Amino acid sequence: MEVQDTKSTLQVTPRNEEKIKKIWKTAGILLVITLAEFVMAFTMDRGILLYALFIILTIWKAKYIMMTFMHLGDEAKPLFYAIIVPLIFLVWLVITLIKEGSDIFMMRW
Amino acid sequence: MSAHSTAIEVSSKRGVWGGGNEPLKASYGKLMMWFFLLSDIFTFAAFLITYLAIRVSYPAYAGAAETFTGSNEYWPVPELVFEALPFLHGVHAPLIFVGIMTFILIASSVTMVLAVEAGHRNDRNDVVKWMLWTLLGGITFLSCQAWEWSHFIHGTDGGSLLTYVNGLGQNVTETVFGANLMVNEYGPASFAQLFFFITGFHGFHVTIGVFLLFLCFYQAAVGIYDKRGHYEMVEKIGLYWHFVDLVWVFVFTLFYLI
Repeated sequence: MEVQDTKSTLQVTPRNEEKIKKIWKTAGILLVITLAEFVMAFTMDRGILLYALFIILTIWKAKYIMMTFMHLGDEAKPLFYAIIVPLIFLVWLVITLIKEGSDIFMMRW
Repeated sequence: MSAHSTAIEVSSKRGVWGGGNEPLKASYGKLMMWFFLLSDIFTFAAFLITYLAIRVSYPAYAGAAETFTGSNEYWPVPELVFEALPFLHGVHAPLIFVGIMTFILIASSVTMVLAVEAGHRNDRNDVVKWMLWTLLGGITFLSCQAWEWSHFIHGTDGGSLLTYVNGLGQNVTETVFGANLMVNEYGPASFAQLFFFITGFHGFHVTIGVFLLFLCFYQAAVGIYDKRGHYEMVEKIGLYWHFVDLVWVFVFTLFYLI
C-alpha cells in the first residue's frame, strides 16, 4: 500500500473574524446567564418566582445554543419548524405531570 | 439527460415535490442527526419531567439551611447536598464544583463551534486544534462527573439517621451513609434513583460524544476529510456535542438549582 498523501488539496479560506467574534460573544452571554443563576440561587428566597426565573433563563440559554451553536436558525424554514414544532407537545407534558405530582402530594401528606 | 429535458412544464411549486432536489437544503447525514437529536430530546424530556413530577410530590425542606439533615420525609435542598470539592475534605462549597463542570462543558461547546467554523473554511490545522480542546473538555467533564458520583455514593462523614424499608422488606432505623438505589442519606429513595438515572444517561451520552470527538479529531488530523473534499463530519458530530451541552443546561437547572 502506498503511503497516504496527507497534503491538502482543498482551498483554505481565511478566518471570518466577524463569525468568530459572534461565537465568543454568545459564549460570554451563556457564561453571564449561568453566573446570574448562581447568584440568584444564593441571594433569593426559594419559591415559585425564583423557579420561574431559573426556567426562563434556562430556555433562554437553550435558545442561544440551538440558534448560534447548532445553526438551527440558519437552516431552511421547513427543517427549523420540523424540529421546533414537535417540542410544543412537551409543554403539555410538563403541565399535566406537575399537576399530577402536586395531586400526589395532597394525597400523601 | 439534463434536468430541463422534461417535455411537460412543471410549476416551481410542484418542483419541490418532484424529486431531484433538496427541499430542506441539508445533507442526508445532517438531517438524520437532527431527527435523532429530536428523539433524544424527548427521551431526556421524559426523564426530566418525571423528576419534576416526583419532586413536587414531596414536601420541600423548610428549615434553616444550617440545620439541614437528610431525611426521606422531604426533598433535600440541592446546594446542601452538592457542596463538596475534591482534595478539600470538609470544606462547605455549595454548587462550586458543579458550577466548574458546567463551565467546562459550555467551554467545550464553544471550542466545538470554532472547530465547525474552521471546517467550513477547510482549515485542517484549526479543526485539529479546536477538536483537541473540545476533546480535553469532554474528558475533564467526565472525570469530574466520576468524582461527583463517587462522592455521592460514599456520602458524608456523619450520614443521616433514617427509618426505611430495606431490601428484605424489614422496617429498619439506622444511620445511612451515601446513596444507592434502595436508600440514601440525602432524601427520598427516588432522589438518588433519579440522580443516578438522569446524570448517568447524560454521562453515557458524553462518553459516546468523547469517542466521536476522538474519531473526528483523528480523521481530520490524518487528512481523511481533505481527501473527502469537505468537513461535514465535524458539523454532524458538533451537533451531537452541542446537544449534550444543551441537555446539561437543563439537568443543571432542575437538579442543582431548583
